[in-house]
Amino acid sequence: MKTDDLIALLATRAGAERRPATGAALVRAVCVGLLGSLAIVLVGYGLNHRFPQVLGMPMFWMKLGMPALVALCAGVVASRLARPGVSAGRAGWGIALALVVVWGVAAGQWLTAPPPERAELLWGQTWRSCAFSITLIALPVLVAALGALREMAPTRLRLAGAAAGALAGGAGAAVYALHCPELGAPFVAVWYVLGMALPVALGAWLGPRVLRW
Amino acid sequence: MSTPDAETELRRLLLAGLDGDEAAYRRFLQQLAGHLRAYLGRRLFGWPDDVEDLVQECLLVMHNKRHTYQPDQPLTAWVHAIARYKLIDLLRARGARDALHDPLDDDSPLAAASQQDAHDAQRDLMGLLQSLPDKQRRPIECVKIEGLSVVETARLTGLSESAVKVGIHRGLKALAARFGAARRLESHA
Repeated sequence: MKTDDLIALLATRAGAERRPATGAALVRAVCVGLLGSLAIVLVGYGLNHRFPQVLGMPMFWMKLGMPALVALCAGVVASRLARPGVSAGRAGWGIALALVVVWGVAAGQWLTAPPPERAELLWGQTWRSCAFSITLIALPVLVAALGALREMAPTRLRLAGAAAGALAGGAGAAVYALHCPELGAPFVAVWYVLGMALPVALGAWLGPRVLRW
Repeated sequence: MSTPDAETELRRLLLAGLDGDEAAYRRFLQQLAGHLRAYLGRRLFGWPDDVEDLVQECLLVMHNKRHTYQPDQPLTAWVHAIARYKLIDLLRARGARDALHDPLDDDSPLAAASQQDAHDAQRDLMGLLQSLPDKQRRPIECVKIEGLSVVETARLTGLSESAVKVGIHRGLKALAARFGAARRLESHA
């Protein structure tokens, strides 16, 4: 086929093309995925048994806020990587900031705690399941985010997949915080971070496989 | 044609095309094809026969992904990112990793169009079109080749108007996917 024939085919009645705002489709998809994550936590895990007193605890807000910041920054990065020729940008530094803050708070709590109490701060009661629970809760968001990226045109597939994973991991961890009974900052600094890292690795592995176009 | 003008002119034509100006969009694709031929020709000098196939594949995917272009972005960056993505895909399939050391990521402005004429592509796009399911192939034939309106096509095929639009959209996406699949198959043969 001649290239001019292809051009004629593509141009004929091409019509006006809707140009949605950057990230709009991703935001919509993530909202749907979040409903799935919320359903898993509310039905499968249940709200924290100290609700609503827990709303008054700073630790609750750190468990919610740190992953939410990670998700927000990763979402910005993912929506940029979804467009050809656009760099990842600086939002990735926000993820680093979130990690530095939580590790700083954790180190402070660890160092000021009497040594016999340190183990409880780090391991809590739920360290075995925490990271896997977060990964499970992140899955609906990961599927939704990858689906939205497929409709766009990412050219750095592994990085875009990892960004979708960080978005999902952050969202999953924030939703898990509604259930999580732990109150030690060192616990969050290790197990929440691990729980977010697993979806990142999963996303980086899936990226080249499912985002290819 | 001096290069900053090429960017300005191409961008103007694309934006007019995205707003529904079919003639502008056709001119955009024609000029884009010239730039792609030059850009890919410089990087595929070992495989001149592949250039026109890849030009066509790039045109097809750029059409399918045109909603990802935002006016705040240099068009050159968008075009080169997609061309490079498809080029690396091809070179990988050929196992020609050496060629990846070539300066693939120079972000020079859109170069002047290649002097060489468009060769016919080797791949038979019409053949690929025939392999699409009827509910995608018929809308493409009626609207995109014969130039019928969506309403006329709907009456002719018995499909609903939205089914006609969806059929065209999905059909062109499927065509792009088959393009890539055919290429990978050839290079493994």
